[in-house]
Amino acid sequence: MSLLKEELERNLNKPEVDKASLRKVAWVRKDLLGLQELSREELELILSTAESFKEVISREIKKVPTLRGKTVVNLFYEPSTRTRTSFEVAAKRLSADVINISTDSSSVRKGETLIDTGKNIEALKVDIIVVRHNYSGAAAMLARNVHASVINAGDGWHEHPTQALLDIFTLKEKLGRIEGLNVSIVGDIAHSRVARSNIWGLTKLGAHVTVCAPPLLIPVSIEEMGVKVTSDVEAALKEADAVNVLRMQFERDTENAFPRQLEYFKNFGITVDRLKHAKKNILVMHPGPINRGIEISSEVADGPNSVILEQVTNGIAVRMAVLFLVAQAHDQLRSKARTRGAKKI
Amino acid sequence: MKILIKNGFVVDPSSGFNDVMDILIENSLISRVEKNIQDAFDTLIDATDKIVMPGLVDMHVHLREPGREDKETVSSGTKAALRGGVTSVLAMPNTTPAIDSVEQVKLLKKIVQKTAHANVFLSSAITKGRMGQEVVDIVALKNEGVVALTDDGDSVDSTEVMREALMKARDANMLIICHSEDRSLVKNGVINLGLISTQLGLRGIPKESEYKRVERDLQLASATGAAIHIAHVSCCESIALIAEAKAKGTRVTAETAPHYFTLCDEDLMGYDTNLKMNPPLRTCKDREALRVALRDGILDAIASDHAPHTENEKEIEFDRAEFGVIGLETELAVSITELIETRLLDWSALVQKMANNPAKILGILKGTLKVGADADIIIVDSKREWTVTKECFASMSNNSSFLGRTLKGKVVCTIYGGKVVFKNT
Repeated sequence: MSLLKEELERNLNKPEVDKASLRKVAWVRKDLLGLQELSREELELILSTAESFKEVISREIKKVPTLRGKTVVNLFYEPSTRTRTSFEVAAKRLSADVINISTDSSSVRKGETLIDTGKNIEALKVDIIVVRHNYSGAAAMLARNVHASVINAGDGWHEHPTQALLDIFTLKEKLGRIEGLNVSIVGDIAHSRVARSNIWGLTKLGAHVTVCAPPLLIPVSIEEMGVKVTSDVEAALKEADAVNVLRMQFERDTENAFPRQLEYFKNFGITVDRLKHAKKNILVMHPGPINRGIEISSEVADGPNSVILEQVTNGIAVRMAVLFLVAQAHDQLRSKARTRGAKKI
Repeated sequence: MKILIKNGFVVDPSSGFNDVMDILIENSLISRVEKNIQDAFDTLIDATDKIVMPGLVDMHVHLREPGREDKETVSSGTKAALRGGVTSVLAMPNTTPAIDSVEQVKLLKKIVQKTAHANVFLSSAITKGRMGQEVVDIVALKNEGVVALTDDGDSVDSTEVMREALMKARDANMLIICHSEDRSLVKNGVINLGLISTQLGLRGIPKESEYKRVERDLQLASATGAAIHIAHVSCCESIALIAEAKAKGTRVTAETAPHYFTLCDEDLMGYDTNLKMNPPLRTCKDREALRVALRDGILDAIASDHAPHTENEKEIEFDRAEFGVIGLETELAVSITELIETRLLDWSALVQKMANNPAKILGILKGTLKVGADADIIIVDSKREWTVTKECFASMSNNSSFLGRTLKGKVVCTIYGGKVVFKNT
């Protein structure tokens, strides 16, 4: 018992983040809506902050008091287990209070608008809203209408910034760098927010990105985002240092653009045979949940190249970093506003 | 009652005016336009350093009455028009119910007589209920005063029905305004299909949905000999087709709206629903092509496509928000800022696009300063800058694409039917 207490105390007193490293570039955003608007320096700041938190969650006692007294709401308009749980664990590791709201249990069903829901949540004195929504741009709209920090946990086909950040964090942890890496993203690029956020993040950090999908699932002009485009999965794998395999979201196929499941596996599935043409140490990533036998074979998902479960662990560190940074920026903005107000008087 | 407008720079190519002159208004008509008029007057308006031009004719306005009086009414819409320097509007017939019969026209005429603050010209749907199936009674509607037919908001999908409508319109000497859009290609699209729709993760609307239908409508007009007007042209492919048809002698005119020649899809990065309209904002290349087409006369008119919507219909997720933006109160200032200030058009050309040409296309005796014409006149301070805010609108809605923008050029006086009806000093 006393040992435990000692450990806890040590944790509480330990600076969870190397403050000096943060001063190089300041994080000033109250929200994290996407990776498109972030600079390379901001991306690097999140990654280095996440490194510190990874150390925290590797300790015996994984909790730090950083966000004690803060409240985080997970507002999820789409079913999600992975992302919601990851945010919940991250917030709890930072000692924040966490409330989960999902479409099934809220007044959303009664026709309340997103803005009204957001303002009501804010009236409960919530500090951070983590939002998942089926419409692109919903997180940005919410952020414009509330003072609380908004973290985008996936909006439509637009962005899923924390997923891309944890993918990039994992890449960097395993391969030591991002600059110059060849990363291929295989799957339904057209409807994937994960793909878009990864493209923004990876290209800003100097990686070479290739996207690979059946022609109907490649969105128009995507090459103008600075990526190579192919529908030949073997070509996509050949030079790749890592492949990020996207889930085929067959439930979203409203335009009959999707090939049949077996046909997809035959032409695009990541299998042991296909990996024979790739670099020996290629990293295989997947944002989950996995459809075994559709976009990836079980042998690969569970094989030596797979870092899929490590991604899940890293997701906690990355989300802790994001929660920490937006909360810090929010506090600074608020105190600035207070000082300005005082001067007026 | 005599009003003398003194020392303004009078611009009206339809009368050949382009000089500092005086205008005398007598009994609600323009009685003299000359230099240095010395007649007695009841009211003097000093227009020194101001531009004096005909009241604008906006041939694409959704007044929403009857049916959606929460968005706009004939009264509020025409008040907004006067603030923007527009003294004549063509009311679009996609109301609830649609204006598609003599009875509906009569009802709307009554509302107009009682409540309008400016000239409201009426259009009728091409097909009953705007369903694209049965052509309306064109002759009867013409006799009731309807000046054009349009299913605006929808295209007549059936080529056969469109052809029939065009033949009947030709025989009745009636204009058909084409909302050229192939909805089967639009699907659930919300912005222009391209790099921006890909980046934003929004469903795209391909340009083909517009220009393939423009092409069909032009071919049908050419084959039947009917006169058509293409509404809200937004892309360069449509411009090329219209130019080609004009060169061949097809009876076609065309309009675009200020948002199309000012904005492009790159402005959508913040998911602003006040930039959501149909057709959508296209690429910056299309925007440049529209400007050049205005200069070169391929596009004949500027019209606002004034489409009021309530905040409840706009302040929601981008996918769910209504299409359309208001424009009556900003169209002149935006055109001055974007076309005159950039020296793309001169004042005469602007007056043609916003007054002379639309009146001519509709066959109405408006949009001119000819002696004997109705005294619908506006006085514009071309130097005055102002910022567009939600509070500045007389319209019941404030879904403007230009909120927050600083524009150059302000209507300082609107004279409608020989009376000063709006003043901004």
